[in-house]
Amino acid sequence: MSEPAQSEAKSQISFTVNGRPVTVRAYSMERLIDVLRHELGLTGTKEGCGEGECGSCSVLMDGTLVNSCLVPALQANGAQIITIEGLASEGRLQTLQQTFLDCGGTQCGICTPGMILAAFHLLSKKRQPTLEEIREGLSGNLCRCTGYAQILEAVAEASRQGPTT
Amino acid sequence: MRAHPSEYELRAPKSLTAVLSLLAEEPSAWLPIAGGTDVMVQYASGNLHSRRLVSIWNLPELRRIEDCGEEIQIGAGCTYTDLRANDLVNRGFSLLSRAASWTGGIANQNRGTLGGNIVNASPAADSLPALLVYEAELVLISARGERRVAYSNFHVAYRKTQLAPDELILCICLKKQFSGYYAHARKVGGRNAQAIAKVCLAALGSRTSAVIDDVRLATGSVAPVPIRLRKTEQVVRGKTIDPGVVQLARATATAEVMPIDDIRSTARYRAAVAGNLVAEFLERWSAGGNNA
Amino acid sequence: MKHGSIVGTSVPRREGRDKVTGRAQYVDDLVMPGMLFGATVRSRIPRGKIKKITFGAGLQWNEFVIVSAKDIPGKNCIALIEDDQPCLADGLVNHPEEPILLLAHADRHLLPKAVQAITVECELLSPIFDMAESEKRAEIIWGEDNIFESYLIEKGNVDAVWANADYIVEGEYTTGAQEQLYIENNGMIAVFDAEQGLTVWGSLQCPYYVHKALMKLCDLSAERVRVVQVETGGAFGGKEEYPSMIAGHAALLAMKSGKPVKIIYDRMEDMTATTKRHPSRTRHRTAVSKEGKILGGEIEFTLDGGAYKTLSPVVLSRGAIHSGGPYNWPNIRIRAKAVASNSPPHGAFRGFGAPQSLFALERHMDRIARVLGFSPEDIRHRNFLKTGATTITGQVVQEEIALNKLLDRALELSDYHAKRKQFAQENQKGGVKRGIGISAFLHGAGFTGAGERYLGSIVGVEARGDGRVRVLVSSTEFGQGTNTVLCQIAAETLDLRYEDVEIAQPDTQEVPNSGPTVASRTVMVVGKLVQSAALGIRQTLKASGLLGESYTAEEFRAACRAYITEHGNLRSLAQYEQPADMVWDEENYRGSAYAAFAWAVYVAQVSVDPVTYAVTVEDFVALQEVGKVLHPVLAKGQIVGGIAQAIGFALYEKVIWENGRMQNGQMTNYIMPTSSDLPPIHVYFEEFGTTHDAFGAKGIGELPMDGPAPAIVNAVEDALGVSFHSIPLMPEDIFEALEARRAAEDAISAARGHI
Repeated sequence: MSEPAQSEAKSQISFTVNGRPVTVRAYSMERLIDVLRHELGLTGTKEGCGEGECGSCSVLMDGTLVNSCLVPALQANGAQIITIEGLASEGRLQTLQQTFLDCGGTQCGICTPGMILAAFHLLSKKRQPTLEEIREGLSGNLCRCTGYAQILEAVAEASRQGPTT
Repeated sequence: MRAHPSEYELRAPKSLTAVLSLLAEEPSAWLPIAGGTDVMVQYASGNLHSRRLVSIWNLPELRRIEDCGEEIQIGAGCTYTDLRANDLVNRGFSLLSRAASWTGGIANQNRGTLGGNIVNASPAADSLPALLVYEAELVLISARGERRVAYSNFHVAYRKTQLAPDELILCICLKKQFSGYYAHARKVGGRNAQAIAKVCLAALGSRTSAVIDDVRLATGSVAPVPIRLRKTEQVVRGKTIDPGVVQLARATATAEVMPIDDIRSTARYRAAVAGNLVAEFLERWSAGGNNA
Repeated sequence: MKHGSIVGTSVPRREGRDKVTGRAQYVDDLVMPGMLFGATVRSRIPRGKIKKITFGAGLQWNEFVIVSAKDIPGKNCIALIEDDQPCLADGLVNHPEEPILLLAHADRHLLPKAVQAITVECELLSPIFDMAESEKRAEIIWGEDNIFESYLIEKGNVDAVWANADYIVEGEYTTGAQEQLYIENNGMIAVFDAEQGLTVWGSLQCPYYVHKALMKLCDLSAERVRVVQVETGGAFGGKEEYPSMIAGHAALLAMKSGKPVKIIYDRMEDMTATTKRHPSRTRHRTAVSKEGKILGGEIEFTLDGGAYKTLSPVVLSRGAIHSGGPYNWPNIRIRAKAVASNSPPHGAFRGFGAPQSLFALERHMDRIARVLGFSPEDIRHRNFLKTGATTITGQVVQEEIALNKLLDRALELSDYHAKRKQFAQENQKGGVKRGIGISAFLHGAGFTGAGERYLGSIVGVEARGDGRVRVLVSSTEFGQGTNTVLCQIAAETLDLRYEDVEIAQPDTQEVPNSGPTVASRTVMVVGKLVQSAALGIRQTLKASGLLGESYTAEEFRAACRAYITEHGNLRSLAQYEQPADMVWDEENYRGSAYAAFAWAVYVAQVSVDPVTYAVTVEDFVALQEVGKVLHPVLAKGQIVGGIAQAIGFALYEKVIWENGRMQNGQMTNYIMPTSSDLPPIHVYFEEFGTTHDAFGAKGIGELPMDGPAPAIVNAVEDALGVSFHSIPLMPEDIFEALEARRAAEDAISAARGHI
């Protein structure tokens, strides 16, 4: 990881978001969630708790699922970040996004971006997870509306259908 | 978010050597931060006293797992996900991969590190009882050099360790001497996932015929630091497992632990469940467990 | 378009696409130029007189906008039922976290530091923390007697039943506070302009409640206050009344600063400072014949309302009316009261008093069964209401109910009898203990009694020049499917496609007041009005000769275009009219309490771990009769989601109180179920029609909250043979009870050993 340029109290931090290279000036201890939401205007990532419990802030960082409320901006320097905004391409939804819609996996929607990314991450590691594995894969994402059943169905259905090509 | 980022500085030197120089220059001034799953929670709640932090995330020297012949060495910067995915750990030290699998959800497992778990030194930390029963050794490193310490001495008091202000944990060493041991672990939390332990147990045992040769029991959340239940180990060593021995072990364990009442649970409950966990371990072992 | 092809099918969620792509905009996603951030300085003590406020060193206080009670243009209150709750404490504080001062600054991160730097010195007054203390009145903390409200419901002559009763069964049951825990914290943005007036955007359920409160607080007329609901991340009642407070705060800061102000709570502030479910205590005394028939009973139902009245009278009302459940009570007396304590006011949460009183009742029914030697299902069969019977308020049950059939079906679906036998056998060996328990219950949809008439809800449907139709309601979407279902209803009524109908954002400038989005009333009451208003459009076009009896979507559009060209607009309004047969006596609490009831029987299977004393719900059957199911996927989602919250209520969600303040205000320490904690939940619907409905639907949002907790605790009793009367039921409680039983058994054996 390279050491970013320092100027005044903010640092220059560069990374890619949804395939696009960006450079921001942020405090080294700015949280990644705040950089995404406020510097880059990517408000799809949500803050539900600020303590890494609810998973609403989940993003993919270098291919792994992380809670962006717990990542200092400087540690994202040089990383590849994927947020919910990066899933659909040119208006075409990912299979998971469609199955969340079809199966009722989204109610109020606030946990949805993190939940979909967690499911996306799970399916990228395991194409045909068992129900137990789906439960475990999503156990760090809290949903207060659905009671999870229809979310699990949506993930199982997406796994059956395979990813959007 | 109850902290002002402008009041904090995080540096990310390119190498371990550079980190150690920084720590040597100004000992106690720089708080190492790896995956941040503990430090960032303190920070966001406005409770992080250290204003200067140095990142040790993803340093290659800290994030490796090696077979060194008689022991394996786990870099302190290995994440729980790294542990769970590693063959050496799964085959020889399953208590550690099991503990890793129940530490937080996947996102936190991807960032939380074994070294961080040790240094943060919460008495409720999931991995620490496993390290106690495996009688781990830690290699501590600083600009002054390396030293090796027994993990059993590492925690000196509540949230205080032997780590010097200019030191980091380099790696955790586990001797390959537990094949043939029966391994058992259980965590009791407020729910099935993403829970802080109310009580947890890691246990290893070996028998010749039915007689217990060696037994190691370690618990979390029942004392200011994770502890070995040496008195309880004493009362079962050399015995065969029968209902009387199980009851004695249960009662001894309940008396040996020193839990408190807190926001998550009560002392009485913790003590009773600690005893039950030990009894459960012995009963399962007796019923024909055969794994390490 | 064939009837039944839209209503009754699972059409796509109206705003779903935005939600799955991250495009949906919640209040914290909105930014306005020049916007400041607001924060609240709150009391750290439960009760006292404010003596001195000190602004600490290290901050440039002149950079902050500071608002105190003195700055309030109108009346310092959050208008609701009574005006007793101040918007900002003025001299006196009555609960921890009570708002005292407001701050605003452009730098969001500076605010927590500023809040910490302000010291409020108080002279402490003697606080009260629980119902028993409040009832004793050693200290009067509210009104003349600490009582916010009380009701007396009487039917028949209960004093005459005791003498002839074969059995008199008593019990006391308690439930704890529960945090709604919507994943999106409370938030508001306010803008004030001397000409336009005040506008607020926020996460809220009831735009017109906020509107009314702001008028009074800010001394503004109705046209100069505008409230807009934005995408809301969960609510469950937690954003019914509380938003008026945070909106008031944002408004005051906006008015003082002349800039837009955004206030977003963090999780700890939201948990510790906002409303929770009312803790309850219910005492039952029931006269029962040896045939197992309830002859009569007395119920004392008490709620802890916290420091101010807020909505306690209404929660109390619903809880009291539901306290008799789905049973026939020939004689009954219910004394209900809500008392004050020095904790943040308790408030609306799904179920609204019914989960509390129904927990008590359904535990008590099992107790009655046990005392008499009947099975739980048998005691219920013998006492169910039937069509034509009267409820405890004397309402004649007109609709077709078949509770006996419902119960039998639920037992069959859950394989209850076989499991009960199997568990009884297996429990004799050591190890995990299993049990199965039932609950039978009801939930009245819509506002109680004359409430709907008092609301006088108005709904609009309008057609645009391009022929698209727009539904105009103040009913809000927060996940439960308001947008979707109301569009379905309009589309079906107008013989259009679902895609041809849209729904306006709830904005008090744009939509009429269709009442609050609460009380499981939206589909049943507001949906019916949507249907009426839509019919109005159709009739208008027909009467003007522009549209025939049947038509294509294109013909409809052409007709709208033509009509609007000639008349300017095409809008139809419908207002609620109470059905003539719904008569309610508010004074004596008698008559038709609800337009319709939904009925249910739930069955819970649990296991208790002998090592950890933890209860796991292993399987759950939920059978309910809710009228017509308008959207199967949404309906199932409501039931499963409500059951998950109720499982939390029963087994996981404990608020730890100390001196009136919640100590575990973080998601780490307030435990709600994760995906790994919930059982398979099998949802079944029976469908009967009713008279007061839209397409035959009755409310379902709150019903699933009422039944799970007693079914679970009944199952635990089946598993362990120990009776628990209090929820949340934690492993620590089970441990203590089993220990006590073991100690008692040891004492008995020891005593026997001496004989």
